[in-house]
Amino acid sequence: MDESEGRPVGRRGFIRDAAVGAAAFAAPGKLMGDQDESHHHSHEHGHGHDHDHQDVPPDIALRVRALESVLVEKGMVDSAALDEIVDTYENRIGPRNGAEVVAKAWVDSAYRERLLTDGTAAIGELGHLGGQGEHMKVVANTPEVHNLVVCTLCSCYPWPTLGLPPVWYKSAPFRARAVIEPREVLSEFGLDLSEDVEIRVWDSTAEIRYLVLPERPAGTEGMTEEELVEIVTRDSMIGVARVETPSGGGPGGDA
Amino acid sequence: MNTIHDMGGMDGFGPIEPEENEPVFHHHWEGRVYALTRAVGRWGRGRDWPGFRFTLESIPPAEYLSMSYYERWFRMITTRLLVGGLISETELETGYPDPGAPRPELLPASNTGAPGAGLLDMDVPARFGPNDRVRARNLHPRGHTRQPRYVRGRQGTVVEDYGVYALQDTDEDGRRPADRRPQHVYSVRFEARELWGERGGAREAVYADLWEDYLEPA
Repeated sequence: MDESEGRPVGRRGFIRDAAVGAAAFAAPGKLMGDQDESHHHSHEHGHGHDHDHQDVPPDIALRVRALESVLVEKGMVDSAALDEIVDTYENRIGPRNGAEVVAKAWVDSAYRERLLTDGTAAIGELGHLGGQGEHMKVVANTPEVHNLVVCTLCSCYPWPTLGLPPVWYKSAPFRARAVIEPREVLSEFGLDLSEDVEIRVWDSTAEIRYLVLPERPAGTEGMTEEELVEIVTRDSMIGVARVETPSGGGPGGDA
Repeated sequence: MNTIHDMGGMDGFGPIEPEENEPVFHHHWEGRVYALTRAVGRWGRGRDWPGFRFTLESIPPAEYLSMSYYERWFRMITTRLLVGGLISETELETGYPDPGAPRPELLPASNTGAPGAGLLDMDVPARFGPNDRVRARNLHPRGHTRQPRYVRGRQGTVVEDYGVYALQDTDEDGRRPADRRPQHVYSVRFEARELWGERGGAREAVYADLWEDYLEPA
């Protein structure tokens, strides 16, 4: 997602200065006082969770608003286009896409085969490719092997199949620990694997993005593909959870 | 660069704290930062602005750790716009264009023919293949690199050749090589014991995706 076209100009000091400047500017006085919509979502989402949201300066909403305003004024961005991007990831692209891939692989062995051989092509059959998911590798959990996906350097994650990553996936503890103590990490998520199970941790360091194909839970034999889509969770496709047999027979099922 | 973003294997960050029913964006401004970052990308074409990842990684470590994810993105995008000369500090402060400042012009896509980040349909010979034993070279570049520190000097096995990709590494100013050095990227399996000594689990392995330049025969 980087599109810079470098030119050979020394500018190290400039970047440092610019970074300091960008950090230091104060709340935009001219924007204060008029209707501030910047907080209208935050209260809806106020769950009291502030981990990895350390010391958020109270004026960041205003600073972001100032940036958007000036870029709109300069004709560089269009607010409606920004709305569209936000809406896409809040409402249209999310883990349900990945769940469709998983459910299809569970009921269609030929698709499963294609998915594990050429993840990109097979996911493309369902239309779930795109930015940060152009090149996909799908890794299957079995009774012997459990897969876990991480990005130790950044936050790489398959957007078209899972949407944007949760905060914990981008957090320091997960990025630091997943590679050195995956068994403890999984245990923290409530997934206690037998010592016999091999754990494979996939660090998304290049342009390939990973999706875990979880095991189909016992007792779901009577469920349709559409019903199975409903039980596949985001966490199971990152590899920090199993898909559980739905209690009470599952949606529409009687298993 | 050897800084805080390269977190694999570090201790001391505490427990992982999943949030139930987490919203995509916790605050309105986070969504705006995300969307702005996506939307202004095309303005970087033909301009001398530093890479996305390089700019994030250039945030001093103590600050990096004290910032939320989208605060880092906000710093990153404002830094790039400033360096690219697309915005001034006064404009950032006031939210209004500088009086009399010319409107930026969108420049044409790369005229250098440099490839993008995706898989390339290029015939480049592969130095390694599946089952080859390799060692991650002991590289410590000052710019952006995709070779995590924890693999350096460690031996692994190539499990898959993912094809040819442009190198995403930059120099210390955030610039990538003009020709992007297209080369094969490999999935390399490292046994946990090789990476972490006795602390590594006997039945654990880490797979990293590594450009050919990062590897040498073991």
